[in-house]
Amino acid sequence: MPDDLTVVHVYPELLGTYGDRGNLLALVHRAEARGLRCRVVEVAVDAALPRLADVYVVGGGEDSAQLLAARALLADRQAPVVLGAHPTLAVCAGLQLLARSFEDGQGRVHRGLGLLDVTCGRLPERAVGEVVSEPAGLDLPTLTGYENHSGTAELHDGAEPLGRLVAGTGNGDGRSEGVQQGHVLATYLHGPVLVRNPALADLLLTRAAGPLAPYDDPDVDRLRAERLDAADPRRHPTLRNLLGG
Amino acid sequence: MAVTRPAHPREHGPLAGVGGRVRLARYAARLSTVVSRTVRGGSGTVIGGRVLQAAAPAAVSTLAAGRHTTLVTGTNGKTSIAALTVAALGSADVGSNRDGANTGAGIAGTLATTDASRLVLETDEGWLAWAVRETRPELVVLANLSRDQLSRHHEVGALAAGWRSVLAGAPTVVANADDPAVVWAALSARAQVWVGVGSRWHDDSQVCPSCGGRCLADASDWRCTSCHLRRPEPTWWLADDVLHGPGVRIPLRLDLPGHFNRANAALAVVAAVTGAGVAPEDAAARLGEVRSVAGRYERVHYRGHDLRLLLAKNPAGWLELLDVLASDSRPVVLLFNADGVDGRDPSWLYDVSFASLRGRRVLVQGRRATDLLVRLELDGVEALHVPGSLAEAVWRLPAGHEVDVVGNYTAFQRALREVRRA
Repeated sequence: MPDDLTVVHVYPELLGTYGDRGNLLALVHRAEARGLRCRVVEVAVDAALPRLADVYVVGGGEDSAQLLAARALLADRQAPVVLGAHPTLAVCAGLQLLARSFEDGQGRVHRGLGLLDVTCGRLPERAVGEVVSEPAGLDLPTLTGYENHSGTAELHDGAEPLGRLVAGTGNGDGRSEGVQQGHVLATYLHGPVLVRNPALADLLLTRAAGPLAPYDDPDVDRLRAERLDAADPRRHPTLRNLLGG
Repeated sequence: MAVTRPAHPREHGPLAGVGGRVRLARYAARLSTVVSRTVRGGSGTVIGGRVLQAAAPAAVSTLAAGRHTTLVTGTNGKTSIAALTVAALGSADVGSNRDGANTGAGIAGTLATTDASRLVLETDEGWLAWAVRETRPELVVLANLSRDQLSRHHEVGALAAGWRSVLAGAPTVVANADDPAVVWAALSARAQVWVGVGSRWHDDSQVCPSCGGRCLADASDWRCTSCHLRRPEPTWWLADDVLHGPGVRIPLRLDLPGHFNRANAALAVVAAVTGAGVAPEDAAARLGEVRSVAGRYERVHYRGHDLRLLLAKNPAGWLELLDVLASDSRPVVLLFNADGVDGRDPSWLYDVSFASLRGRRVLVQGRRATDLLVRLELDGVEALHVPGSLAEAVWRLPAGHEVDVVGNYTAFQRALREVRRA
């Protein structure tokens, strides 16, 4: 197991609008709790992505920032290779940037990196609020987060949803939230998503560094419980009673 | 025979020509304000405003007509700038929404309860279009735009575009030259008075609001790399605590802490000079009278402790306030909610570093205290969650200490009510 991890934050000056640095902090915190030294490299928009880091994080941003980021990513010929070959988390605008294409607020369609077999359109109304989903095919607990986006995600043959939608809008199809394909985990969830879902952070770290020792964080457990109590209809007492639970 | 009615004492004032329906609505609004204040506490301004608007939908524009109105807006500092502008004007004939009720109902309630011929109205950044349309201001003060309540405002760029649209044709703006979004919006007004107040928060200035190109910003300058948008040459500028202007160099002596309040004061002085022709030295000399703003910066003795009450509600605000907190090592009580006006998504807590609080005694309260507790943990700040009232938190601290109490919007209001009840 390597004793050093490098985590890359892709274009933080453009893709960091919704607390995305929290995802980096969560990765560092949980790596260091296992005795792994972890370094964050922030890659500016005019720089090439480093090829040999361990985990990559592509965050969220406003529409105009996303277009600038798309231009920069498409100009970096190594970007699809680098991101496709390493554990990568893509959040919100990040998901769209890694898709085949995405649509802006004026209805114009833009090319993405094509790492995800996904096309992103626009929702009729902006989705804002708590989201709950059940991870699909991953041995992870329920996912919790907060969405604030106008995008959809239509998954094609090569892509799988990250989770089955329980509450919220997610990909906009009423069924799914996020995408997983190859090394990439992509989601519309903020919160930040790795803070609220430490098991997802551990999955990225495990893919980069191998098995991890157990680590409990009671404050994060309480945060998860609070958010799920607030947003997961299955935990709502009235609904539970109606269902006879 | 023609009968000449005695003139109503107000008919030569700002309410001259106001019709019966609006007058009646105004009486109803004033009554509602007093009843609400008595029964529910608070200022009652919003309730009064709702009554006014329900009884006479055109009342706001009618009551604002003929008055000299200055609107003050921005993400941060608008309540302070409005209070400092009122002080800088040095006149008793100024009405203002001092309680921070800055949406439509709050502004309506203020108009219902003041007869002043000059108005300084703090305006929520999302309500600027409405306020410009209804009050037809002589002057608009634009402080800054940064991420805040994204669950409500969604995107800073969209707010800036809205401002630019509504300011087209507005008479004069006093605008912060160091914020690209503010400058771009202000350029659509008929005249601009640029004030260089500096900026430490650049995370929302990375993309040109005009062309979508890359904006390069640092502490003293900014420019778009793709189009002609760049920092305008300011007529007034702040250097440390000295305001420089045409032929003048005026030290700002404030009782309010922090660089951000010097920036607020600079905008207030220029607003008073531009809007009312006040001599800049006179305007600046009056600013020291402002000791607190709607409870913010208030110092109170509570349960054996000397508390300083502070508001921080978004990353740009926290960045400035952490600088103020860094000047000493007193214990800190942090209060955190995520109710409607706070913004329901507290992800922004991760846009600012709390590492400067390491080693301090930190207590955390509020309905979303756990979010803050986890945030602090990730910055290596040890903190204790104390559920319940502010009294229960300060009880944990050794008596006789000075304590900083920092809350976001609704948590701050709750703490303020608690200490004022004591």
